[in-house]
Amino acid sequence: MQTPAAFEYERATSVDGVIASLQRLGPEARVIAGGHSLLPMMKLRLANPEHLIDINDLAELAYVSEQHGEIRIGALTRHVDLLKSDILARHYPLFRDAEQVIADPVVRNRGTIGGSLCQADAAEDLSAVCTAAKAQVVIRGPEGERVIGMDGFHVGPYMTAVGQGELLTEIRLALRPGAGSAHEKVERRAGDWAIAAASVAVWMQGGTIAEAGIALSAVGLTTIHLSRAEELLRGQAPSEELFAKARDIAAEDCSPTADGRGPVDYKRHLAGVLTQRALRTASARAMKQEA
Amino acid sequence: MQVSMTVNGTQVSHDVEPRMLLVHYIRETLGLTGTHWGCDTSNCGACVVQVDGQPVKSCTMLAAMCAGHEVRTVESLEVDGQLDPIQQGFHELHALQCGFCTPGMLMTTRALLDENPDPTDHEIRVAISGAICRCTGYKNIVSAVRWAADHEAAAKQEA
Repeated sequence: MQTPAAFEYERATSVDGVIASLQRLGPEARVIAGGHSLLPMMKLRLANPEHLIDINDLAELAYVSEQHGEIRIGALTRHVDLLKSDILARHYPLFRDAEQVIADPVVRNRGTIGGSLCQADAAEDLSAVCTAAKAQVVIRGPEGERVIGMDGFHVGPYMTAVGQGELLTEIRLALRPGAGSAHEKVERRAGDWAIAAASVAVWMQGGTIAEAGIALSAVGLTTIHLSRAEELLRGQAPSEELFAKARDIAAEDCSPTADGRGPVDYKRHLAGVLTQRALRTASARAMKQEA
Repeated sequence: MQVSMTVNGTQVSHDVEPRMLLVHYIRETLGLTGTHWGCDTSNCGACVVQVDGQPVKSCTMLAAMCAGHEVRTVESLEVDGQLDPIQQGFHELHALQCGFCTPGMLMTTRALLDENPDPTDHEIRVAISGAICRCTGYKNIVSAVRWAADHEAAAKQEA
């Protein structure tokens, strides 16, 4: 029987209360939201928090809204609500692509975007999605809020920029014209972690790619941000030749390890092909937006 | 800590350890052994119950997290000797062999029909994609859910 080691439990009633508790209790306190990453880690003694602060009652952190020229997603928004969000489907369809293949519908009823990003597992899909979409994240602490980009958020495997006494509260996505995006994933069986996954966002202007975001899951120690491929795409018109070049860069710039999901050469090949497919879909969606 | 919640319409309150998982609270403290404890890793779906009407894996929730919420287990489906249409469907269509996955399958698909009374076979398969039947009787499970959907629609029309 797997049961977590003993801990103290408290239920938060406000974001300020969470931050105060985290400060008071120190580094052995952890926030629990959906719990579908943390509880399994606690059962295996990979995480042994002495205090859990349950934030599930903080309804003010669960929303997807359009305001100030951007989309704002509360950190407690559950996978099921990301999947069903019309705002995200319209502006950032890669969320829907990803949410259809993240775990299973029952798990998606509990897991949250904030929990997924803070788990900082390289095989997790939303980290690549948010990196490709060039999301900004809002971190609140005792001194107030700070806003950082995804590049600064994941500082290592299972490590984020969220510091002691801080809480990830919101994810922000810019609303820019000509946007198209897609997420492609291959897994061994329904609901499994990716063997490899590719997230792509492009922003088209006058028939060329003005800006691009590409990130990979499960083929490195952290989410892989393919800045060299983004560089290649900027200012270019979408074409099969261009996508093939991006494919080759993706295969080169990832750093997978061999495991039960496959050998290195297979994963590199897969990362390239998925990048190419996601680029194709994202560009087609962007051109439809532009037209 | 003292934890109070509603289980199958009844208010319950117990002194439990914060680390107690919902599945163990249901089975051991409440004695409701219809909910099965399977893989313990949120993969198999045998332990699915409904919390506030949504199916969840009770091996990956703390009992403490359910304080103040409404929990529904497989025991709530049959009322006064009358099987729920989803149970009747499983019976009619032979949708179980060993029966271990059945409680989770029933609570998962009951929630599906509550949200979507007329699901396609594909939608049923997606809904149960987090529930594993190692007898691999998926075809009959899908047929049973279809049976329940049809019978509920017919019953509604008669009413």
